[in-house]
Amino acid sequence: MDFSLTDEQRMLQDTADRLVREQYTFEERQKLLDSEQGFSAEMWRQYANLGLLGVPFSEASGGFGGGGVELMLISQAFGRGLILEPYLATVVLAGGLLDAAGTEAQKAEYVERIIGGDLIASFAHSEPTSGYALSQVETRAEKQGDGYRLTGRKAVVPHGDSAEWLIVSARISGDTGAEDGIGLFLVDAAAKGVTRRGYPTIDGLRAAEIALDAVEVPGTACLGEPGQGYALIEQAVGRAIVALCAEAVGAMEVACDLTLDYLKQRKQFGVPIGKFQALQHRMVDMRIELEQARSMAILAASSLDAGREERERVLSAAKCLIGKAGRHVAEEAIQLHGGIGMTWEYSLPHYAKRLVMIDHQLGDVDFHLERFSDLMETA
Amino acid sequence: MDLHYTAEEQAFREEVRAFMRDKLPGTIAAKVAAGQRLDKDDMVNWHKALNSRGWLAQHWPEEYGGTGWSPVQRHIFEEEAAAANAPPIIPFGVNMVAPVILRFGTEEQKQYYLPRILNSDDWWCQGYSEPGSGSDLASLKTRAVRDGDDYIVNGQKTWTTLGQFADMIFCLVRTDTTVKQQEGITFLLIDMKTPGITVRPIITLDGEHEVNEVFFEDVRVPVANRVGEEGQGWTCAKYLLTFERTGIAGVGHAKEALRHLKYVAGKQLKNGRPLIEDPLFRARIANVEIDLMALEITNLRVVAAAQNGGVPGPESSMLKIKGTVVRQEITDLLRRALGPYALPFVSEALDAGSGVEPVGPDYGAALAADYFNRRKLSIYGGSNEIQKNIISKMILGL
Ligand SMILES: Cc1cc2nc3c(=O)[nH]c(=O)nc-3n(C[C@H](O)[C@H](O)[C@H](O)COP(=O)(O)OP(=O)(O)OC[C@H]3O[C@@H](n4cnc5c(N)ncnc54)[C@H](O)[C@@H]3O)c2cc1C
Repeated sequence: MDFSLTDEQRMLQDTADRLVREQYTFEERQKLLDSEQGFSAEMWRQYANLGLLGVPFSEASGGFGGGGVELMLISQAFGRGLILEPYLATVVLAGGLLDAAGTEAQKAEYVERIIGGDLIASFAHSEPTSGYALSQVETRAEKQGDGYRLTGRKAVVPHGDSAEWLIVSARISGDTGAEDGIGLFLVDAAAKGVTRRGYPTIDGLRAAEIALDAVEVPGTACLGEPGQGYALIEQAVGRAIVALCAEAVGAMEVACDLTLDYLKQRKQFGVPIGKFQALQHRMVDMRIELEQARSMAILAASSLDAGREERERVLSAAKCLIGKAGRHVAEEAIQLHGGIGMTWEYSLPHYAKRLVMIDHQLGDVDFHLERFSDLMETA
Repeated sequence: MDLHYTAEEQAFREEVRAFMRDKLPGTIAAKVAAGQRLDKDDMVNWHKALNSRGWLAQHWPEEYGGTGWSPVQRHIFEEEAAAANAPPIIPFGVNMVAPVILRFGTEEQKQYYLPRILNSDDWWCQGYSEPGSGSDLASLKTRAVRDGDDYIVNGQKTWTTLGQFADMIFCLVRTDTTVKQQEGITFLLIDMKTPGITVRPIITLDGEHEVNEVFFEDVRVPVANRVGEEGQGWTCAKYLLTFERTGIAGVGHAKEALRHLKYVAGKQLKNGRPLIEDPLFRARIANVEIDLMALEITNLRVVAAAQNGGVPGPESSMLKIKGTVVRQEITDLLRRALGPYALPFVSEALDAGSGVEPVGPDYGAALAADYFNRRKLSIYGGSNEIQKNIISKMILGL
């Protein structure tokens, strides 16, 4: 067993860390919140130039063939910087699906542009009443000639407002909750019948509600075998869980650092508040949670190549633990800061918000606890 | 021992309920229910409605216009007000400065300020905390120097809740730097329109403007605005704190929040079934309900024990801790119940009449923001850590 990074991985980590540290200041980030897109097109271009957008794609798709560890290193740096760009939506989710199931033609058309920083895409999957369940797809895909006609509603699609292309999941056959019968379709966000309502999310990111009203797509818009989308979705979501876990670890690191600094600086009753043992133990607990979370992020990143059952079991364990740890660190960091921890001006509460909201993406603590219980070895 | 409400108490509950039905404006209740923003008029109008019934000043002696209610009656009122989605009573005037004026003020101060508080002529805010003095309040630095019949005040207060609406601020200021910290503090009433006062907003993590910084630059305050003697401010402050902590358990509000949680969990779906039928989530709700049941009785025990002695002692610190933890737990479950719909944050949808629809279920628009906002409960009014210090010292003798 070896926890050390390869030279290439260390270089990747340095690149991502340096970029975020030097160019993604909290002040710059806050300005982006008010911009129309809600993120920096210029940073997106830089990620492309530095090769970060191509890292998770297979070499066959024109990427660098990075695995879970590489994705973890990038996402952790992004978590430290609280970045706003659509990496999860475009590269990990939409990109992951295209990489796994795209035809040569589809890859040539979309993947190349994603890696080059010229295409924002997203995965429009969850629905108003689906919660976190991946197989709950009500949106219908009706066969029409060579192609399909899509009707339904998609909820809280990450960066769904700026995506030019959407990968839409829709049911070709079967009941709402069935794993079989789900198809994946490439949909031009400007196509007739697509209406979007974009909005900010409470952690400063963007999302959209998307209505599909008899949207017509050609047969070539199908991604993967028609009706066999579930396994692909699960895999792409698995990679996204690795990214979210690592992002959470990055955000927790900063939240812990800021709180520790504050305990040393802030004086009350004539001493730094870090002298109070009641607070020392609280800070220690935060640190333990962080290390536990880091371990699970590493385990999750390393599980992507495992067999399905093992992989999903580990991913659910990781997302569950990190959901709990994230909430713990977020709440404690605010509390130990006192009033300052409640202010918009200061960076810490924005980390806290992102940490708590990561639990609302791709399955929360309860969802993954239940899923892990189902997959857990009982003897 | 009998934990039932008496016939009189039941009748009182009916009376309060009828009042809420008749006098609480539907528009205001609708805003409170939806977690939408209240404006100053909403809050003032509610104070006026209560006052017209003689129900605003629940902690004052009857001769000055107080209700003369027992702790159980106050508890019933809080429950019914919360259940009816009434706005909270803004405490700074009626429940904070007024008891101090009643206890330490001159007859003139009583005659002038108390009716103005009842009639909502003055909006009060609390000027205690400073950038360098939060938990360690006695270290406060805002200076007041005597100059003839005035004090000249220089310094800064912060976290001043709703100070943007205030006509008056009650402040702790330092009048003597040569004595023990606690002995050099004086309690002043300051008109917010006095030259030299600047109010600046502090925006909280949920994007709201509810707290402020207040700066004082050579602000002249008549000596007649001092409550108690010079150097007696800390005594006033400690006295006020005991009032600040009555009703701190917030049982009525927590019960209403729990009802709302059950409503939301009944509407939200998990695998096509109501979330409240999910064993895991249901158990989480059950757990907090059990805590709340215990808290309600603990609260009534503490206030009953204080019935004759006036206000609760250090036991109220337990109520503050448990009350805020339960409340925060409920807000946590509310945001969780929303699933992915906790994410959308359409601030305009929190303004009634903006015409902007929330994203996702309409009961969900404010829930995630409220979860973050309620982190304040364990910070202000004496942080929960400070409350634990009080309990370990005053109750446990450690
Ligand atoms: C939303 C909001 C509204 C407020 N409204 C008002 C208002 O209207 N008027 C007003 O005057 N003030 C108001 N306050 C201020 C509030 O009273 C202070 O925030 C509170 O007293 C804590 O002080 P602080 O923020 O400076 O934190 P600090 O005192 O700096 O505390 C930081 C952390 O250290 C802990 N700590 C401090 N001392 C000890 C100790 N001895 N042992 C263990 N732990 C300790 C605290 O519990 C906290 O976790 C408000 C605050 C908030 C957040």
